[in-house]
Amino acid sequence: MTPETATLPSLRPSGEFLRAGLAGREFNLAACFGCKKCTNGCPLTFAMDLLPYQVVRLAQFGQVEQLLAARTPWVCASCQTCLTRCPNQVDLPGFMDWLKEKLFRAGAEVGEARTLLFHRLFLEEVAKRGRVFEGSLLTRFLLKSGGALGPEAIKNARLGWEMLRRGRIKLVPPRLRRRRWLKGVFASKEARP
Amino acid sequence: MSKVGYYPGCSLEATARDYAESLEAATELLGLELVEVPDWNCCGASAGHSLDHRAALNLGARNLALAAAGPQPVVVPCALCFNRLKSAQHELTQDDSWLTPEVAALGDWRGTQVVELNQFLTSPAILARIEPLVQRRLTGLKPVAYYGCQGQRPPEVTGHPQAENPTGLDRLLASLGAEVIDWPHKTDCCGASHAVSRPDLVAHLVGNLYLRALERGANCIVTGCQMCQANLDLYQAEIARGLGREVYLPVFYFTELLGLALGHPQAGRWLDRHLTSPRPLLATAGLAI
Repeated sequence: MTPETATLPSLRPSGEFLRAGLAGREFNLAACFGCKKCTNGCPLTFAMDLLPYQVVRLAQFGQVEQLLAARTPWVCASCQTCLTRCPNQVDLPGFMDWLKEKLFRAGAEVGEARTLLFHRLFLEEVAKRGRVFEGSLLTRFLLKSGGALGPEAIKNARLGWEMLRRGRIKLVPPRLRRRRWLKGVFASKEARP
Repeated sequence: MSKVGYYPGCSLEATARDYAESLEAATELLGLELVEVPDWNCCGASAGHSLDHRAALNLGARNLALAAAGPQPVVVPCALCFNRLKSAQHELTQDDSWLTPEVAALGDWRGTQVVELNQFLTSPAILARIEPLVQRRLTGLKPVAYYGCQGQRPPEVTGHPQAENPTGLDRLLASLGAEVIDWPHKTDCCGASHAVSRPDLVAHLVGNLYLRALERGANCIVTGCQMCQANLDLYQAEIARGLGREVYLPVFYFTELLGLALGHPQAGRWLDRHLTSPRPLLATAGLAI
């Protein structure tokens, strides 16, 4: 389905999601009047299955399942152009994050599995050390995504070598002096304490 | 020496070592002492705000509280770290119930003044300090200034006065003698963290930036964001192959050119960390190092 030809199935609209579904968050989704400035300014529509304004419209109609199944939140780069230009301050990047977090916490499989994997491994680095050790993050990503063995292997190895040779890869992992507080921050399985 | 707080962020310890080294050298030449936030932690970056809102806010609040005890303002070289710290402050001001007891007990995070490094170093006061110190004018360099996303947007969070058309780097580069070229893609997105998981998206966005920069007659790109620098520098040969044309656009950190113009002896070392070597361009421009 390309953005140009995307058609939405017939809906049974419900306002329930905006009233109660967001667990205290809001994102001003109800304020959208459909000007589509979000979509016209978005740099990534070429790779999206739902256009930004369609995400807002589906949320207004309570079509959560369709939103959770979409690639769009994972393709969004959080560049904040839509929010900056929105005349109604609809926080679309914040809502895209909300959808991603919901899927992550449910342990769901997502279409953009590589992006979820990268984010998950990144957070594991932070939870463990308090800072990100890029060398470990990238190695683990390549191993778990198949990139260390697949056709990308030679390209990745060459880039890694070029960066290492130029001193752009650190060999010793960073570590904070105090790390106990990290447990409390990452322990909860819920979005809110 | 006036003291300024300094939050480097994780990348500046590795991928963006050239940024770290050049900004430390340049600020020293300007009589600024950077005081690193003690025991700072990762800002959470894209992963934090994408998957764990609570962690993102707590990571930000701890940094803000630790930075509050040191000199103000606190400069942040990485645009994404800057944005994450400002976002945490903005959102927690409205609702601080997200904080864990340990982080809340660290102290006040409200008053910390977070400033992006490129905005700080391009303020009129600092520009006035820079101009008389210039030893090598950067004539022959025709840069486009590339600001990226996170330093500007959204302005309600960043406080940026010109979110759609920032001009700080343009003014700095002009005062260093470079022949700055205006372009309308200053704040377009480079794809940021997609470089690892969806490099095809980054190739598309960065390829467009190359073409637009070349159309305007630029011979280099100058940035103040280490994700932009990485995405535009590391994969340039490959993205050019995809475009089916030759691209040679060295991607400088503004601090590298500042150090070069002020005559810092280490400038060559920083630039040799780039994958797209700026040396041929500098030689053509009569600025060989």
